[in-house]
Amino acid sequence: MTEPLLHIEQVSKRFGGFVALDGINLEVAPGERLGLIGPNGSGKSTLVNCICGTLHNEAGSVTFDGRKMDGLPAHQRTVLGLARSFQLPRPFASLSVAENLRVPLLYAVKARSGSHLSATELDERCVEYLRLVALDHKAAKRPRDLTQVEMRKLELARALAAEPKLLIADESMAGLSHSEIEDILKLLMELNGRGITIILIEHIMSAVMSFSQRLVVLVSGRKIADGNPAEVVRNPEVEKAYLG
Amino acid sequence: MQSRTFILLTLLVAAACFAAAQLVSNNYVFFAGYTVLQFIVLATAWNILGGYCGYVNFGSAAFFALGAYSTVFFYKAFPMPIPALIVIGGLVSGIVGFGMGYLTLRLRGSFFAIATLALAVVLQTLIVNWDYVGGSRGAYIIRPNTIAFAGREIPYIEYLFLLMLTLAALAIIAARTIERSRLGFGFATIRDDELAAEASGVPTLRLKLIATTISGALMGMAGAPFPYYIGYLQPQSAFALDYAVNSIAMPMIGGTASWIGPLIGAILLGTIQQVATVTISSAVNVLIVGVLLVLFVIIAPNGLVGLVQDLMRRGRP
Amino acid sequence: MDFPFELLINAIIAGVLLGGFYIAVTVGISIAFGMLDIVNIAHPAFIILGSYLAYIINASFGLDPVLVGLLMLPVFFVLGAAVYQVYYLSFEKRGQEALRGLAFFFGILFITEVALILVFGVDYRYVEAPYIGPAAHFAFIDLPFRMLIPCVLALGMFAALQLYLGRTYVGRAIMAVAQDQGALSLMAANPIRIKRIAFGISIATAAMAGAFLIIIQPVEPSVGREYIGRVFAICVLGGLGSLPGTVIAALLLGVVESITATFYGPSWAPAVSFGFLLLTLAFRPAGILGR
Repeated sequence: MTEPLLHIEQVSKRFGGFVALDGINLEVAPGERLGLIGPNGSGKSTLVNCICGTLHNEAGSVTFDGRKMDGLPAHQRTVLGLARSFQLPRPFASLSVAENLRVPLLYAVKARSGSHLSATELDERCVEYLRLVALDHKAAKRPRDLTQVEMRKLELARALAAEPKLLIADESMAGLSHSEIEDILKLLMELNGRGITIILIEHIMSAVMSFSQRLVVLVSGRKIADGNPAEVVRNPEVEKAYLG
Repeated sequence: MQSRTFILLTLLVAAACFAAAQLVSNNYVFFAGYTVLQFIVLATAWNILGGYCGYVNFGSAAFFALGAYSTVFFYKAFPMPIPALIVIGGLVSGIVGFGMGYLTLRLRGSFFAIATLALAVVLQTLIVNWDYVGGSRGAYIIRPNTIAFAGREIPYIEYLFLLMLTLAALAIIAARTIERSRLGFGFATIRDDELAAEASGVPTLRLKLIATTISGALMGMAGAPFPYYIGYLQPQSAFALDYAVNSIAMPMIGGTASWIGPLIGAILLGTIQQVATVTISSAVNVLIVGVLLVLFVIIAPNGLVGLVQDLMRRGRP
Repeated sequence: MDFPFELLINAIIAGVLLGGFYIAVTVGISIAFGMLDIVNIAHPAFIILGSYLAYIINASFGLDPVLVGLLMLPVFFVLGAAVYQVYYLSFEKRGQEALRGLAFFFGILFITEVALILVFGVDYRYVEAPYIGPAAHFAFIDLPFRMLIPCVLALGMFAALQLYLGRTYVGRAIMAVAQDQGALSLMAANPIRIKRIAFGISIATAAMAGAFLIIIQPVEPSVGREYIGRVFAICVLGGLGSLPGTVIAALLLGVVESITATFYGPSWAPAVSFGFLLLTLAFRPAGILGR
């Protein structure tokens, strides 16, 4: 049994009196494709924030790649190989689309020990990641010139450009057409094939079901299901959470 | 434009300014010019933290005054030539800037801004109660009439003018270098979206500390010759709110995106203020700056440089 | 050695009275900054404006300054609403409040101070009222009325505000918008209108605070600047958005300032509040009762 890549133990987070996360335990194996679903406000994004260091969890610990993440600032976690896209796209408005991808390449990838990235290699990789999400024709544009859908793709591409070991894709497919969803799924599968562990957070059930090897359900800050996707969706509690 | 070319050009322009000033028969040119140059340094320094990183510093006066008062301290304790005092002023202000940043930069930008206000008042209170540097009574600095420079005796004000000219050139070169470097790139991400920058691997705290230190140091360097310029230093004049307003207004009116904005803002507003002080009154000239700041911030948020860029863009088909 | 107990007790009592006044000064910022996330550093400027209005009307018509404050409440409310509208259209809507919004308020602070200097000069101005001067005496304890009355009235204003926020529809909408603007708009209430009302209330409190201020001490235009640090120190120390925390922090600051002024001299007083602020920001930004 290999060491899990990500190990979350009893993570809790409150905002004043409101409990956003209540003792979450989760393990993700290297190379796994995990789906994370739950109603709005169930704590999915809060969990992502705690994993990545954007928020500090009051209790519990996050271990990534054998290292305890507690206390580490978000940028260091990204350098160590943890990347995420934001649910609401947060592009760098004054930079071009291509330059947006330069940031993680310059700061996360280049900062890794043993990495040598020349200036030309950097530019090439920018273009490559843009091509993966079909945005290379807009490389010189500003984010404000992009459509909503294109901004989501940029958001995903920026997370990819950090060349992570674990990628958390937070609702990257909202608003995409059926073929675009297929494209993103194909891209994620290909990345997974290259060894990148992926946590997919989505509301589009068809995408989640076809992609995930394992499904986790979060409701009101608690994990209520964790296992084989087909079995999880038949779980009466899960049905209740979505329909009840 | 290549960096080396730019540096040479800047120094040439500076030398030309100095030569032109000497042609004017009235010494007033040097006194007024010194003030404008001082504003160029302050505005450029402020913009490194404010315009590039998006963190507002309301306490520019504190860093400026630190430079001024370290000069007063050494004047009484251990006299030194002004260039040395400039370096010391820069060091003192830089260290304080670093310390304050370390305490407050982990908080939101608005908290940082409030902390800078608080710092200015705390420092002023400390200085007012420190008798060695004159306290509230003030301190006198006796400056010689002339000084030996490049083989001649030149009036002391020309020497101060030259020093400030060099500082202004230095500040502009530094700002432009930062802007075009990886550091400046990192600053821009902090300004655009600090959370996303962190998530992308940018060490935001480290970069912000660098910005605060450089900005504070430059302001301290601008303040170091001030006691010699003014002859009599009181806390009210060193910590005057005018410095805070001007160092914010000049970059915001000129344009915060690049080094050109603070330069334009400082020259324009500095000149207007000199004219207004002489023709109307000094209180009115400062009111003008405040009104212009509010108007520009509402109507032309990208400053004069932004307006020109918009016009050029519209001109293009 | 004779420890100056009487001096200390009087300093503490004076501090409590001062703290009560500080509540009036700060409650506006608790609403604007604590609840609406608007960094209105020009708040002290509005207070000083209130003081000067109290001065003019008191000097011209002999009206009691507290009465002037009450009369000015609707005027300042409208002023506050107008300022918020400009702020919203120019900055909040464009997402530029971090840099430009701050500069905007700073400009207003500055313009107000300089304009007051130009109109009134730098001389100290004061108001006349029958309760300014006399004091109540209990043994060695002095209770100057000019401090007691603003303190009591300030607490009354605070209580009224708490009732309003807790019991009325608009009041609760304001509390809601502080927590979650999105949820409020889903309830078909217009969050922008609610914020405008809240900011109007915030500035209206400045009218009363200004009247209180000039009762307690003579004012001149730059007095506002001392209050920036005090106001934010109390707000942050008390925990943003926590009105009860504001009360505790205000009283605490008042007492510490009073003791410092009594035993170390008044020239150190500004350092107290600003020092408090820096320390709080550095070590416990959530404040005493903060979330």
